[in-house]
Amino acid sequence: MHMIERLGAWAVTRVREMGRMLLFLLSSFTWLVRPPFRFHQIMKQLHFIGYRSTFVVVLTAGFTGMVLALQGYYSLRKFGSEGLLGSAVALSMIRELGPVLAALMVTARAGSAMTAEIGIMRITEQIDALDTMAINPRQYLIAPKLVAGVLGVPLLVAIFDVVGIYGGSLVGVDLLGISEGAYWNSVESAVEWKDVYGGILKSITFGLIVSWICCYKGFYTRQSAEGLGSATTEAVVLSSVLILVGDYILTSLLL
Amino acid sequence: MIKLMGVEKKFGDQPVLQGVDLTIPVGKMTTIIGGSGSGKSVLLKHMIGLLQPDRGEVWVDDVEISRLSGTRLNDVRKRFAMLFQGAALFDSLSVFENVAFPLREKLRMKGPEVVQRVEEKLKEVGLTGMGHKFPAELSGGMRKRAGLARALVMEPEIILFDEPTTGLDPLLAKSIHDLIVAMQRRFGFTAIMVSHEIPEIFGISDWVAMLRKGKIVLMATAAEFQRTTDPEIQEFISVGGTVALPGSRID
Ligand SMILES: Nc1ncnc2c1ncn2[C@@H]1O[C@H](COP(=O)(O)OP(=O)(O)OP(=O)(O)O)[C@@H](O)[C@H]1O
Ligand SMILES: [Mg+2]
Repeated sequence: MHMIERLGAWAVTRVREMGRMLLFLLSSFTWLVRPPFRFHQIMKQLHFIGYRSTFVVVLTAGFTGMVLALQGYYSLRKFGSEGLLGSAVALSMIRELGPVLAALMVTARAGSAMTAEIGIMRITEQIDALDTMAINPRQYLIAPKLVAGVLGVPLLVAIFDVVGIYGGSLVGVDLLGISEGAYWNSVESAVEWKDVYGGILKSITFGLIVSWICCYKGFYTRQSAEGLGSATTEAVVLSSVLILVGDYILTSLLL
Repeated sequence: MIKLMGVEKKFGDQPVLQGVDLTIPVGKMTTIIGGSGSGKSVLLKHMIGLLQPDRGEVWVDDVEISRLSGTRLNDVRKRFAMLFQGAALFDSLSVFENVAFPLREKLRMKGPEVVQRVEEKLKEVGLTGMGHKFPAELSGGMRKRAGLARALVMEPEIILFDEPTTGLDPLLAKSIHDLIVAMQRRFGFTAIMVSHEIPEIFGISDWVAMLRKGKIVLMATAAEFQRTTDPEIQEFISVGGTVALPGSRID
């Protein structure tokens, strides 16, 4: 009986937390469409999430493309079809690795910083101060970050895909000696618009997940340094897990 | 007029406010004293709707704010400004931008008028030329004064001051007290101050209230308050052999 009670209590807390997260998202979005419009705030956040993540995204994309080419070449050669290397790299990048890896990098770089920033504002009563000035913190702080996540991640994913495919050609063409024409032909012939759309849909979803979870965890940080630390950890873990779970669900729906 | 009726507040199973009845007179300076951790900051936060009571009512004129939210609560809050105990400056904005923030965001002011009012307030709190600095670059006392400038700059009807002089040297504390009193006389706003500065507060407050064990145990004019015969209150206000000032604004 005791076990069941505990399990029940755990489930109730989880469900309540999920409800709170959903309400947080919805209310932040409804504040988005009410004046005053915080265009400048959105630009600032886009700069933070997008532009300032470019370096790490380019770096990971380059190496991902390169290692894909190495592994792909090794596997494809067994069947004598090295010529398909371009397709293999491009499809894995666009359909799968671009959105997932870029979103994970954004979580690690910008998401954790977002949680910490909002969490500190909570602990030092800056969020309360906004409230006392009759400025809704969800409108001023949260909504611009949500928009920036939804716009910024797809742009980063586009960069990731392109850099990754070039990284693949660097290894495939320049190192392993596949002809340049064959590589790019195979990229072109394999990639369909459907793949690109799927990638965009994924990146929009992941962008929303990162900014939503990271803002939520920061906004409800408990009043201590310890609370801030665990909020940041929870934000990174939860948003990474949700990205991977979401990726599976979206992939199975899109196939 | 702000009126609290039977306000109770618990955090977890720790009772903090246990039936606070308090009426704050309009256009006067009321100071709330009480031991550390007695719930003074919590009490102030109830007056501006940052915390909701578990039981009881909070009235601001003819509006009961404890169950309000959204626009209706914001309409009430537009009449307030608050100086937080930790100043609560926005880290990402310079001192100037912090003080300008309520003018721009709340009063929708623009251009040279903002600059002029901000510079004026910074001068009054002794932060001339510090506008370009960021909160992280300031000392605790400077942050407090920047927070004070941000609260005063709006010239609202009601201002809540949570320990405006804590962390300042005695001279600076006196000048901040003088500034608050001067502003209060000039603009006639309702001032509610939490302070540990005994006996100084008796010289500058109209009314003094004491919070103890979750209740207001005494509220009186500054002069009457000092004449209380309650031994516990006497001990609190005369501890360390400080002699209470005789002067008071209401007699
Ligand atoms: N948000 C909160 N969550 C949980 N407990 C809180 C919260 N805010 C205040 N408390 C508790 O309420 C009690 C009163 O706190 P409060 O900050 O009002 O004290 P205070 O009278 O202002 O003290 P001080 O003079 O030191 O500022 C403290 O025990 C504090 O731990
Ligand atoms: Mg306090």
